[in-house]
Amino acid sequence: MTLDATLIRDTLRTALALLVFAVIGAALLSGTFSMTQPTIQRSVEAAKLKLIAQTLPANAFDNNPVADAVPLMPHPLLGLKRAGHAYPAYQGGQPAAVALEIAAPDGYSGEIKLLVGIRADGSISGVRVTEHRETPGLGDYIELGKSPWIRQFEGISLATRKPDQWKVRKDGGAFDSMAGATITPRAVVKAVGKSLEYFEAHRDALLPQKGD
Amino acid sequence: MNYRRISRDGLWDNNVVFAQMLALCPLLAVTSTATNGLGMGLASTAVMVASNVLISALRRFISTEVRIPVYIVFIATLVTLVDMSLNAWAHELYKVLGLFIALIVVNCAILGRVESFASKNPVPAAALDGLMMGLGFTLALVALGGVREILGSGTLFAQASLLMGESFGFLETTLIPGYRGYLLMILPAGGFLALGFLLAGKRVLDRRLADRSRRLVNQPATA
Repeated sequence: MTLDATLIRDTLRTALALLVFAVIGAALLSGTFSMTQPTIQRSVEAAKLKLIAQTLPANAFDNNPVADAVPLMPHPLLGLKRAGHAYPAYQGGQPAAVALEIAAPDGYSGEIKLLVGIRADGSISGVRVTEHRETPGLGDYIELGKSPWIRQFEGISLATRKPDQWKVRKDGGAFDSMAGATITPRAVVKAVGKSLEYFEAHRDALLPQKGD
Repeated sequence: MNYRRISRDGLWDNNVVFAQMLALCPLLAVTSTATNGLGMGLASTAVMVASNVLISALRRFISTEVRIPVYIVFIATLVTLVDMSLNAWAHELYKVLGLFIALIVVNCAILGRVESFASKNPVPAAALDGLMMGLGFTLALVALGGVREILGSGTLFAQASLLMGESFGFLETTLIPGYRGYLLMILPAGGFLALGFLLAGKRVLDRRLADRSRRLVNQPATA
């Protein structure tokens, strides 16, 4: 039994061509990757800092919260599945506020990721949705770009809203929601309220005094 | 090579969406606004031209047995290059388009043009074919995005300045002020509905045009 020599040659040539094309493609990709990665990293960080600054009190801190970030371990009050970050803000070395990465696990279409800014006195300075899969046109009014709904949390603390008031009005709580989409705001309100409870319990770890 | 024919085919007669019915998945996924459609269309056009030129230039080195894997390697590489470059050097644009760029890899229209045209034609013709097919696809995306955006949210080209810079902010118009929106048109089901009407519209238009040219041929002396 003899294998056709030309068949073997053709097969080898074809395989070699495929290999060469794959190697060229891989080389191009890794080259571009190493060229673009530092720039991408910088823009991602700048975008992150911009978002964090939106939830912190304006002009009330002089550090870089991203550089000073402390890890946030998964905790039932935070709703996080994986470790997140807390971004502390300081003014002249004094703790001013902290932004927490939290998640509302019970949105209409899965998890809603949030960033909650809490002042040192325990009141909320700002809340932003960072990631969600809620229905466009229905549940997405939690985005600031769609509606100012998310701003109703600003200035509120556990002192002005008792833990059992962290519900939408429809459920007997103290927060507004829009008709037709209650599941989404219900999840957000609950998660924001819990994050304040977490802050009360872990204030010193989240906002350590600088310089010691 | 008939360049007029290639242009006409790409833009209208053999339009990726309206005639070949390809790339419907990215089409329906991104066309909730005209701006999204435009962005997706331009990004796809760039990849189509590049992949057509590349495959056409290398067509003698690619044997028929492994052509499909080679095409896929090329297209995936190109798309990833575009993805990383946009992310690095046009980050704002990337935030709007990022989601769609990955979808270009699965755009069967690109593989289709490479297989049916670029692999058999010289580079200039392949480049023009990629450009025209891409523009035809963009046309379909903007048309569908426009219809869905007007009916769904009452605006046209919302957030265009995010995509093309502040100087294009004038494109952003609110056609129906105070319109509460019609959710169905923004959801994928509305995309199917609008696409169906657009396809029917093209058929009607094509038939009218064919009728008129037939009449002109039949009575040439009356003018």
